[in-house]
Amino acid sequence: MDELMDYDDAMAAYDPVLGMEVHVELNTASKMFCGCDNSPGGEPNTKTCPVCLGLPGSLPVVNGKAVESAIRIGLALNCQVAPWCRFARKNYFYPDMTKNFQTSQYDEPICFDGHLNLEVDGRTYRIEIERVHMEEDAGKLTHAGSTGRIHGAEYSLVDYNRAGTPLMEIVTKPIRGLGEHAPAVGRAYMAHLRELMRALDVSDARMEAGNMRCDANVSLMPKGSDELGTRTETKNVNSLRSVEGALRYEIQRQGAILAGGGRVHQETRHWHEEGWTSPGRSKEEAEDYRYFPEPDLVPVAPSRAWVEELRATLPEPPAQRRARLQEAWGFTDLEMRDVVGNEGSLDLIAATVAAGATPAAARKWWLGELSRRANEAGVDLSGLGVTPAQVADVQALVDAGTVNDKLARQVFDGVLAGEGSPAEVVEGRGLAVVSDDGALGAAVDAAIAANPDVAQKIRDGKVQAAGALIGQVMKAMRGKADAARVRAILLEKLA
Amino acid sequence: MALSTADVARLAELARIDLSPHDLERLAPQLDVILDAVASVSEVAGADVPPTSHALPLTNVFRADLVRPSLPAEAVLGGAPAVEDERFRVPRILGEEQ
Repeated sequence: MDELMDYDDAMAAYDPVLGMEVHVELNTASKMFCGCDNSPGGEPNTKTCPVCLGLPGSLPVVNGKAVESAIRIGLALNCQVAPWCRFARKNYFYPDMTKNFQTSQYDEPICFDGHLNLEVDGRTYRIEIERVHMEEDAGKLTHAGSTGRIHGAEYSLVDYNRAGTPLMEIVTKPIRGLGEHAPAVGRAYMAHLRELMRALDVSDARMEAGNMRCDANVSLMPKGSDELGTRTETKNVNSLRSVEGALRYEIQRQGAILAGGGRVHQETRHWHEEGWTSPGRSKEEAEDYRYFPEPDLVPVAPSRAWVEELRATLPEPPAQRRARLQEAWGFTDLEMRDVVGNEGSLDLIAATVAAGATPAAARKWWLGELSRRANEAGVDLSGLGVTPAQVADVQALVDAGTVNDKLARQVFDGVLAGEGSPAEVVEGRGLAVVSDDGALGAAVDAAIAANPDVAQKIRDGKVQAAGALIGQVMKAMRGKADAARVRAILLEKLA
Repeated sequence: MALSTADVARLAELARIDLSPHDLERLAPQLDVILDAVASVSEVAGADVPPTSHALPLTNVFRADLVRPSLPAEAVLGGAPAVEDERFRVPRILGEEQ
C-alpha cells in the first residue's frame, strides 16, 4: 500500500495542478466511420462490419452528425472551431483495435481554446479548455482468469461492438490555483460536462455505463514555486465520487513521495473503487504513437455559415437554466444550492414537476427520502431505479389522501422491489390509509378505554396529551390511518 | 540526419518486429540513406509549401447518420483462430493496457 500524506499537510506544502481529459461517447445512430448500429449493448460482435473491423480494402466515411455534435460541444465550451482540420492515425498494437491504429486527431483538433465557468461552493472557477477532438472508441476486452483484471488473466476476450463508436476527447489546460478544493472542482467539472452533454443531447453521458470516462491528471507544485511538478494520469475514473477520490488519493500519495525527498514517476495509474490507485504502464511519449495524417479521410473544413447555424441550436446554458428554474419553482437560494449540490437532482425534479408534482413536493422526495436511499445503496440519485413519473404518482397518492408520507416510503420500497407502479404497490401491499370514520372511531374508542388517565387530561383541556393517544391509534392501525382525521375524531369524542 | 541503432531498435519494438543486433547494425545506416533521400524534397519545397496529406482536393465528405446492416457474428468470428463466448480470444498482453 502507498504511503499517504495527511491531506491538510499536503495542502500546506503544495499546490495541486489538475488536468482533465474526458472522453464522451456520442449517441449518434451509427458509428463514427461506418453505418453499424451505435446503440449500446447487443450480443457480442453483432454490430461490426469491414470498416470497424479494419478489414483490408475497407474505407471509412465520416459520420456528418458526429462532426456536428463535436462542433456543438466545442461551441458550448466557448471554443474556436478550426476552419480546416484532419484526422490522424494513432498507432499502437493492442487487441482492442483490429486496425493497429485508432483514427483520432492529433495537432489539428476540430475545436480549441475554450473555457467554462464553474461554480463550486459559492466560488467561481474559470476552467480553460485546450481542445475538443474527434476519435473512435475501441472494442471491449474481458480478461478471463482468476481476477477479471489483466494481471492474473490467462487470456482476453474481445467484443468489437463498441469499436468505432464516435468518441469526443475534451482536454483542459492545466488548472491551477484550486488549493484544497482541487478534488471538489475536478468532480464539479465532470458533473458540469455531464449536464452539458445531456443538455446538448449529444451523449447519454452515463458515467456508470462508460459513456463518459475521465482521465484525471494531477501534479504537485511546492508552495511558492512556479514550476509544474511531474504528473500522473489516473484512468478508469468512472463516477463523480471516484473523480474526487482519485484526485485526493493522488495528492496524498504524491505529497508523501515529495516530502520524503523522492520523485514522482510520470505514469498511468488505475483507480480502484475501494479508494486507491495502482501503477499501470509508464506513459508513452506522443512520438511512440507515430501519428500521421489519416490518408483514407479527407479534411474537415466547417464553413463559418455552418458553424453559426449550429451555434443557433445551442441549448440554454446550464447556469442560466438553473436561475430560470429557481424563479419558476420559488426555491430560496439555500434550497436551490441543496438541489444543485445534489448531483442529478435538478433534472429529476424538473422531470417530476413536468409529471405533475409541485416543485416543493418533488424537491422533498428527491433530496430527502430518495437521496438517503441512494446514499445507502452507494449509487447516484439517477441510478436509484425510481423514475420522476413514479415520484409524481406517489405524491398524487399522498395528495389524494390514499397514503400518508410514512406509507409513501413503503410504496417506494415496493417500487424499488419491482412490485409495479405506485398504485399497484398500494394495492398489492394493502397500504391505503383508513379514513373510514367507523373503523377509526372504533380504534379511538379502544385507545380511550385503554388509557382513561390520558383521556381525562384531554377532557380537562390538556390538548397536547392527545399525541399519545393518536400514536396508539396509529400503532393499532399499523400506520395506515389518516393522522389528522384520527386527531379530529379523538378531540370530538373527548370534547 | 544520423539514425542511431537505438532509434531503430525502438521503432522495431513499437512495430513488433524482432531484429537482432546484427540486423540493427545493418539496417540503421540503410534507413538513414532512405530518410536523407526523402528529405531532399525539402530542398525544393520551401516553408510556404504545405506537406501533402491527400491527393484529392476534397473536404467535408460526410455520411448521413443512418444505420446499415452489420455482418453476422458467424461471419465476423469465422476467420478468427480462437473464439469463446462469441468473442475473439486473444493472448493476454501485459503492461500495455490502453
